Amino acid sequence: MKQTFAIGIGGAAGQGVATPGDIFAKIFSRRGLHLNAYNAYQSIIRGGHTFLTIRTGPEKVTNMGDRIDLLIPLNQDAMNRHLGLLTDGAACIYNADTIKPSAAAHGVQLCPLPVSKLADITRNKVAQNTLAVGAGLSMMGIGFQALEEVLAEQFKKKGEAVVAENVAIARAGYDYATSNFKPFGWPLPMTENRYAVLSGNTAMAMGGAAAGVKFYCAYPMSPSTGVLHWMAAHARKAGIMVRQVEDEIGVVNMAIGAAHAGVRSMCATSGGGFALMSEGLGMSAMMETPVVVIDCQRAGPSTGVPTKTEQGDLWQMLGAAFGDYPRVIAAPLDIGDCFKIIPEIFNLADRFQCPGIVLCDLLLSEGRLSVDPKDLDFNTMIDRGELVTSANGAPSEDGTNGAYKRYRITESGISPRAIPGVPGHIHTAATDEHDEDGVLISDEFTNPIKRRAMMEKRMRKVVGIEAAVPLPELWGPRDADVTLIGWGSTKGVIEEACEILSEQGIAANQLQIRWLVPLHGEAILDILKDARHTIIVENNYSGQFARYLRSENSYVPSGYIRKYDGEPFMPHHIVEAVKEQLSGTTKLSVPAHEIMV
Amino acid sequence: MATVVAAPKHLVMADLKGKVDPDWCPGCGDFGVLAAVQKALVELQIPNHQVVTISGIGCSSNFPGYINTYGMHTLHGRALAVATGVKLANHDLTVVVTGGDGDGFGIGGNHFVHTMRRNVDLLYIVMDNQIYGLTTGQTSPTSRVGMKTKSMPFGNIEAPVNPISLALAAGATFIARGFSGEQKHLTELIKQGIQHKGFSFLDVFSPCVTYNHDNTYQWFRPRVKKLEDDSAYDPANWVAAMEKSLLWGEEIPIGKFFERTDVPTLHGAEPVLNAGPLVHNAAPIPPEVSRAFIEELM
Repeated sequence: MKQTFAIGIGGAAGQGVATPGDIFAKIFSRRGLHLNAYNAYQSIIRGGHTFLTIRTGPEKVTNMGDRIDLLIPLNQDAMNRHLGLLTDGAACIYNADTIKPSAAAHGVQLCPLPVSKLADITRNKVAQNTLAVGAGLSMMGIGFQALEEVLAEQFKKKGEAVVAENVAIARAGYDYATSNFKPFGWPLPMTENRYAVLSGNTAMAMGGAAAGVKFYCAYPMSPSTGVLHWMAAHARKAGIMVRQVEDEIGVVNMAIGAAHAGVRSMCATSGGGFALMSEGLGMSAMMETPVVVIDCQRAGPSTGVPTKTEQGDLWQMLGAAFGDYPRVIAAPLDIGDCFKIIPEIFNLADRFQCPGIVLCDLLLSEGRLSVDPKDLDFNTMIDRGELVTSANGAPSEDGTNGAYKRYRITESGISPRAIPGVPGHIHTAATDEHDEDGVLISDEFTNPIKRRAMMEKRMRKVVGIEAAVPLPELWGPRDADVTLIGWGSTKGVIEEACEILSEQGIAANQLQIRWLVPLHGEAILDILKDARHTIIVENNYSGQFARYLRSENSYVPSGYIRKYDGEPFMPHHIVEAVKEQLSGTTKLSVPAHEIMV
Repeated sequence: MATVVAAPKHLVMADLKGKVDPDWCPGCGDFGVLAAVQKALVELQIPNHQVVTISGIGCSSNFPGYINTYGMHTLHGRALAVATGVKLANHDLTVVVTGGDGDGFGIGGNHFVHTMRRNVDLLYIVMDNQIYGLTTGQTSPTSRVGMKTKSMPFGNIEAPVNPISLALAAGATFIARGFSGEQKHLTELIKQGIQHKGFSFLDVFSPCVTYNHDNTYQWFRPRVKKLEDDSAYDPANWVAAMEKSLLWGEEIPIGKFFERTDVPTLHGAEPVLNAGPLVHNAAPIPPEVSRAFIEELM
């Protein structure tokens, strides 16, 4: 099993959980360690309970893991909730002045910090946090200099005095731990690598910038708002027009307007906002104007649990807007993929002049991951498709001899798209059904022949889309006792569950779906035809992907693992469920989340 | 609106004739609006490929199909949101948005208010017939109290929206009202609205001859009074405009209620567009900029 080290920091919102988290993340990534961070929180600005988990190690860390090595409770509530999670070898650093520990398991080291003795708490309200960070790093075997550097950056804007004060407090905690607490059995190693640490929302925003997005608009909605924040902060440097709009209906329509005028245009929302965008997606399909919409799923239905994760929007995506139309739906597999998937889906949306939907979720959107900076490649291939941007410089010969027809019936279903402003290509794009020339056929005279021809023209694009999207692949050994099937963000946790199962003598492999539409149902059947035992793992109640797969290719797996409590899967949830199912006790496992957040 | 560039060829009315003839009922007020828009574009000599006409859904929203400019026939109520996107992506284009009172003040009311406060540089023409026509005669947001329709057969009990007062309150920078029975006057207002730099709102009484038997040409004709005929009226005076906007009955003002030119347009206020329209800027992000974006995360 790969070596990792996980820290849990718990407290009330507003108590400063994020800052120690950021400091640890910076120190680990600069040490050449990978990391994965997940913050469990509520829809509250002050109060409640926030629990941040940061897991690090020299190899890729794809999920929060099963074990907490160091717990830093910032209040009594956090101590009461989480001390019981610690097992042999773990430690808990806490403010001895204000927090009392309950009984800890055997081998758990309790590390009380005499905070008021070590720092002037009347001057520094978050002294306990800084002391704990210093103490923790000492116990992990990390030299103090790394912390000093990060603190200097963190407080640079507040002046040298503030930097010096914080460094002194951190030093006091560091030294106190060195002389009073037992270091961890596994000092954190160091590598030559350097990683960028980012959230899925930042990754998708940057992916948009790399894809050449020039227009981004949104209405704030958790957990998608991070995309707007990155875009807004970097708009001027990246040359992107960013607008906050009155509602998501306005968002999708404004985005389509900009796209129609010729720029790459993107927007992001969550399930509720996406519901409002549905009619707009139909417009994108009917006008054949490409737009990319990101849906960051949160627990539904309705307002649901705004700060919790779920994979519950799949059928909303599949059913979005009425009528049949071509589109692409993709679910990023991890935070690095959040970056990569955006240029890919834009190329498809542009080539096939249709909407593209990115089905992300809170786990990726707001989680953070270490990514090799080389994987954030801005030098990406851009294919705008058959876009006519000047009267004489059409990228593809449309063969019209001047009689331009916007919706010309072609074998591929793709018609060259002229943007407004180009002489000689005047046309109207309509949401009503229209003929090749853009003239409405729905008002004065309907025409079944023209209607059929236009439906078939648009739907022919599906053939091209299917050919352009890669087939899914099986990961792990060909011959396995169990095949775990997942989609999107569960990639990392299923992968780790497979590794643990293999170590325990149960050979496991994984089929992770990235492209939801087109699904390549036949290829999936082919992959699964020899599988001995298949289980579909997903973060929702009804098995939305299982139902979708069945509707596409009639495939029925041996069992299901589902979770819909708002929290993500941990590896042991899957491992235990697989064992339960292989023993024949059940076909449906719903693991219980042990961390109370 | 965008700077009027010299036309490569002299634009004539025939150039602006759409691919099909309008399917409006004979006598519909919308014919007058179409003719006035075409006339205004000819008088301003704006090349038709530089114009985008954008509409929502409804009788009057079929407008883009009847004029030979770039057109978008969008969703019910959404024309202004789409038009904002078009204008921000390519502010060299002249954007004219057309629609009805149901489209603009009912289902699209939210976008109407917000597009005005943003001062998006476009002309929004509402062909206001105080009725839903394409759905065969229901009450609209501008139907008067007491008006009998299929949806309110015993008479409307809801107060109508006052589009001019609403536009004044929402911060539109050019506000006018026309009457499709006053062609020359209407054409002049359209020209001014296109030339105004900022959001131009033009509410046009465009009678529905099929479903609205209350507010007919005959009803409007003796009532409409041109603001331009009152030499004391100052369209720079917002308070005076608000007072005028409340007049309804024996005298109903038409003409330019209000104009101010000191508010920046949305595209003018955004430095990202200083380098020119987004659509002409295909250059990728410079490597030193993208490197800095990644550096921030390390």
